[in-house]
Amino acid sequence: MDEGLTIASEEAERRSRDAAERFRGAAFDDGLVDVAVGTVDSPVGELFVAVTTRGVASISFDGMDRDRLMARFARELSPRVVAAARATDDVRRELDEYFAGARRRFDLPIDRRLMSRFMRDVLGATSRVTFGHLATYGEIAVRIGHPGSARAVGAALGANPIPIVIPCHRVVGANGRLTGYGGGLPRKEALLRLEGALL
Amino acid sequence: MTRRRLPPFDAFLEEHRARVYRYLVVAVGPVDADDVFQETFLAALRAYPRCTEPDRLDRWVLRIASRKAIDHHRGAARRPLPVAAPPDRAAPGADPAADGLGPAVEAVRDLPSRQRDAVAYRHVLGLSVAETASLMGTTEDAVRANAYQGIRKLKERTTWTKD
Repeated sequence: MDEGLTIASEEAERRSRDAAERFRGAAFDDGLVDVAVGTVDSPVGELFVAVTTRGVASISFDGMDRDRLMARFARELSPRVVAAARATDDVRRELDEYFAGARRRFDLPIDRRLMSRFMRDVLGATSRVTFGHLATYGEIAVRIGHPGSARAVGAALGANPIPIVIPCHRVVGANGRLTGYGGGLPRKEALLRLEGALL
Repeated sequence: MTRRRLPPFDAFLEEHRARVYRYLVVAVGPVDADDVFQETFLAALRAYPRCTEPDRLDRWVLRIASRKAIDHHRGAARRPLPVAAPPDRAAPGADPAADGLGPAVEAVRDLPSRQRDAVAYRHVLGLSVAETASLMGTTEDAVRANAYQGIRKLKERTTWTKD
C-alpha cells in the first residue's frame, strides 16, 4: 500500500463509523431494515431489543451474546438486520412506562416467529396472567390443554424470546417458589417486586 | 441455502465499512466519498437477501462500490461545474491536504474507471494482482497494465512519486 494514496487507517475507521451511523438511519427511513435492533436502559440492566415490521420479536437481558442473537435473527427472520435506534422507540417508551409504574400491560404488536408452536401456546396463556398476579407452571399446562406438561412449560418459558412484555416472570413453582428465570432469579424477583406480587 | 449463511447485515457493514471508505476516498474523492458510501451500502442492503456470494462478501461489496463510483463520475460529467463550492460541501475532510492526502488522491479520481480501480485495489487496499483480476472480472495481465498506466498518469499529472 502507498502512504500518499490512502487515508490513515484511524481516519478511515472514524469517518466510516460516522458514515455507517448515517447509513443506518437512512436505511431505516427507506424501509430497507427487516430487523431493527437497539438497546433500552432499564432497572434490570440494559435490554437488547429486536423489532420487525410485524412487531417486537426479541428482548434479551444484558449478558446474552448479542452477536449470536443477531446471527439467529439473520437466519430465522431476515439477514437485513440493522441497528436502528429509532425503530425501538415504541418499545422503549412502553418499557419506560412499565418500569415507572405507569403501565400495567403492553400494547406493542408481537412478532411470534422466533417461537415454536408449543411455545406460542405457553406464552399465549402466560400473556393472560395480569400485572401483579402469579400462576404456576402446572396451571399454565392445564390452560393450554396439556396437564402434566409443567416441566415442558417451564422450559418453554425459560426460552421466552420476549421476556417482560410476555410476562413469564409471573409463572412460579407449585409452592409459589421462584424456581427459575431465563434472565436469572434476581431479575425475576425485581420484576415481581415492581408489580407488587412479591413483598 | 445461501441465504442462511449470510451474516446479519450490521455485522457485514461493520466488517467492510472502513475498507469501502478507503476505496471511495480515492475513487470519488474525499468530499463525495460519504455520499457514495451511503449509495453503496443502501444498494447492498437492497440486494442483500439475494446475494449469492456469502463467502466473498468483501468482493461483492467492492463491486457495488465500484459501480456506484462509476455512476457518480457519469453523473458528475453531466452536472455543470459549480462556480464555487457551496459552503455545506466544505464538510470535514473536504480539504484533502488536511487529511494528509497527497495530490495524487485527487488525480486517481480522474483516471479512467479500469485504471482507477486497478490502482485503488492494488495500491490503496493492497489486494494481490490475482484478487484484483477476480474482482474486476479480468485477467492478471490486464490488471498489471491498468495499474501501470494509472500510476504512470499519476506521476505525469502530479509531483507524486510512488516510493
